[in-house]
Amino acid sequence: MPTASPNTIKLISGNSHPELSKLVAAKLGIPLARVGAFQYTNQETAVAIGESVRDEDVYILQTGCGEHTINDFLMELLMMINACKMASARRITAVIPHFAYARQDKKDKSRAPITAKLIANLLQIAGCHHVITLDLHASQIQGFFRAPVDNLYAEPSVLRYISENYDVKDLIIVSPDAGGAKRVASIADKLDVNFALIHKERQKANEVSKMVLVGDVTGKVCVLVDDMADTCGTLCKAADILLDNGAQKVVAIVTHGIFSGGAIAKLNGSRLDKIVCTNSLPMDHITAQCPKLHTIDISGVLAEAVRRLHNGESVSYLFNNVP
Amino acid sequence: MRDLVVLGGLSHPDLTKAICRSLVIEQGQVLSNKFSNGETSIEIKNSVREKDVFIVQSGCGHVNDNFIELLIMIAACKTASARRVTAVLPFFPYSRQADVPYKSGGNGAPSISTKKELYTFELAPGTPRPLGGSSGQGIGLNEIATSPLALNPVAFPNSDSLKERAALNSFSLKQPIPTLPNEEPSSGRSSLSTTPVSSQPAPTQVGAPIGTGHLNAAYTNSNIFEQLDLNGKSESGYKQWIAQNGTLIANLLVGAGADRCITMDLHDPQFQGFFNVPVDNLYLKPLLKKYITQYIPNYQDCVIVSPDSGGAKRATSIADSLGCSFALIHKERRAKVFKGTTSTHGNNHPTYNSNVANIASASGLSLSSSINSSNHNHHQHHSHHHHQHHSGSESIGGHSVVATTMLVGDVKDKVCVLVDDLVDTSYTITRAAKLLKDQGAKYVFALVTHGVFSGDAINRINKSAIDKLITTNSVPQIEHIEQLGDKIQVLDVSRIFAESIRRIHNGESVSMLFDYGY
Repeated sequence: MPTASPNTIKLISGNSHPELSKLVAAKLGIPLARVGAFQYTNQETAVAIGESVRDEDVYILQTGCGEHTINDFLMELLMMINACKMASARRITAVIPHFAYARQDKKDKSRAPITAKLIANLLQIAGCHHVITLDLHASQIQGFFRAPVDNLYAEPSVLRYISENYDVKDLIIVSPDAGGAKRVASIADKLDVNFALIHKERQKANEVSKMVLVGDVTGKVCVLVDDMADTCGTLCKAADILLDNGAQKVVAIVTHGIFSGGAIAKLNGSRLDKIVCTNSLPMDHITAQCPKLHTIDISGVLAEAVRRLHNGESVSYLFNNVP
Repeated sequence: MRDLVVLGGLSHPDLTKAICRSLVIEQGQVLSNKFSNGETSIEIKNSVREKDVFIVQSGCGHVNDNFIELLIMIAACKTASARRVTAVLPFFPYSRQADVPYKSGGNGAPSISTKKELYTFELAPGTPRPLGGSSGQGIGLNEIATSPLALNPVAFPNSDSLKERAALNSFSLKQPIPTLPNEEPSSGRSSLSTTPVSSQPAPTQVGAPIGTGHLNAAYTNSNIFEQLDLNGKSESGYKQWIAQNGTLIANLLVGAGADRCITMDLHDPQFQGFFNVPVDNLYLKPLLKKYITQYIPNYQDCVIVSPDSGGAKRATSIADSLGCSFALIHKERRAKVFKGTTSTHGNNHPTYNSNVANIASASGLSLSSSINSSNHNHHQHHSHHHHQHHSGSESIGGHSVVATTMLVGDVKDKVCVLVDDLVDTSYTITRAAKLLKDQGAKYVFALVTHGVFSGDAINRINKSAIDKLITTNSVPQIEHIEQLGDKIQVLDVSRIFAESIRRIHNGESVSMLFDYGY
């Protein structure tokens, strides 16, 4: 059997996060491919292809963001995938740092849709061969795909950020809810520090829950760790509880900073000392409004994953190391 | 109809209500919401287990939101054990992206090409983003408005669906574009009193929440756009193209779980072939015929006109069945190669002509504005029934693209009925109406199945020579009625859809609707 001729990486940027695409392209040392999406006046999306992708290894970077544009970007991604498929690309990989609809991953009510599964199906119908994503809300979403999914972790980058910026001695890692305990325990283990947990106690169903802190945080610098911050209600409440229990200061580190609704105002008014998130979503417009916000650049992780995938190397190195 | 459930999306609740009223059933309850981060959330309130579910969603408004909502609803019904799910799409989204955009003079798709080494992503036309990021994507209306002369006619293919809508513009020609002549002919332009600037095809995004402030700063480096030759090719030799999304849309619908589709007057009849499930394409023709026979006095004497060659078949079939005469408006852009210099090109004002062409093709205005100057050109044949309007010609490296709008057929002192399946930006139909009036038409009706009216289409129609516009409620028309008043009349299609739903549900033939309507 003749071996396939060598091909190159074509990195295509969707309109959701061009800054990140540029960073990834710069790290890979390649220009962005001349493929772009635009919208007609009747708000239909279309994709223009300005260079050949025939037999190339195509990566399309599109993240799920924007209160009014999340579905636009999704359609854009599907159309870009389909366009590359029709243009005879050898392999199409969707690089989706923040996987939209990841929280709608179960049938928690009667006749509720499992939208994450639908999105997985749509991506594959469009012609996606491979998916790279970052800190999936539930790693079981990987099972919704028939194609391989590389779920990268922001954890190594977060660990590095913590150890570079804080003294590990008086640190404690806190999970804002029981669901995140595993994630937090793993970080606490690697830093060799203690961890605490905030538990939402529900006396009655649908009643405003009371939060209970499990663990001792007196005099400690508390690092709240979660996979995403959306409306930030939980984070702000958790900060209050920690400070009421004698914490020295509270820092929140999340992977995906969605910050929808009135999240920015809430953060500015909260007792959080600092909130740190990765640039998996566009952050420029938020950093201007929120002086407490710091970002971790994860373009290196994505670029290295793309490079390793293209060269057929193992990606698991990235699960524990920062490139 | 015990097992029948009709659900409606957010795109057109009134139509869903009307369909349910015609079927004498209660509309199924759906909770459709948005999470604060913009994700669509659906909850179906009634049981759909083993039911025959119809979901009504039109391809209007925020198209992508509505389409994703439809997909989620279909998937939700499927996971909730619905027996069969039928997507009812009165106006099919993306129906115009089934085909390669019409190539004007071999120019191909609008080009965003640049020299490879000069390329940065800012050059690609982008969806304007609501975020005040630093990226200079998206070519904003403001840039175009302030620099109308940067527009390249080559960047607009002569496709109505594209030229009028695409945000792909601002590309420099190989030849410098001359400045606007002050003595721009204004004959016959009075009814369309728009300047080239204000009549720009509004590029991208009309959604209100999408801020345009971000776009103001964007796009300052237009000078590094690659120069394109006559064939739209860049120097790297790759010919830019626009992807065709028709198959994708069909596959997404089927993949989400739709077992059947109902739609009306598909732009491309071939679209049905993209599906692996049955698609019932209903026709408005019976209703249109009824309208013509009942509301147009002496309808036998009227002329059915197709505003472009693509719709000729649709118009002739109506004309044939009514026994009316037929006329066709045809716009062609043919490349002409001139021997020698431009002095052989026309008898006067070669520069002037190219100016006109720039204005005309960039603004998409009624092209008859340049009759006076360009009728002197000798290279077009005139026959008895061919009324030609030259829009002028563009000289590009010894070539010339001649844009001609011509009317085939006689409309003098006649009542004209323009028939089309879709009006979006309304350039085609208003231009056609203008031409008809110029040729002596007495009264111009426009019969349109889907009145999308995006951009500033409503204003244009208000000022146009169309005397009466008849459209349907396949997309919401309430706002359009408010703005157009007596000029617009909306036919109700809910009964057609209700009857087709009833017939499909009961397993009866739908073809009767094709011939007789309802």
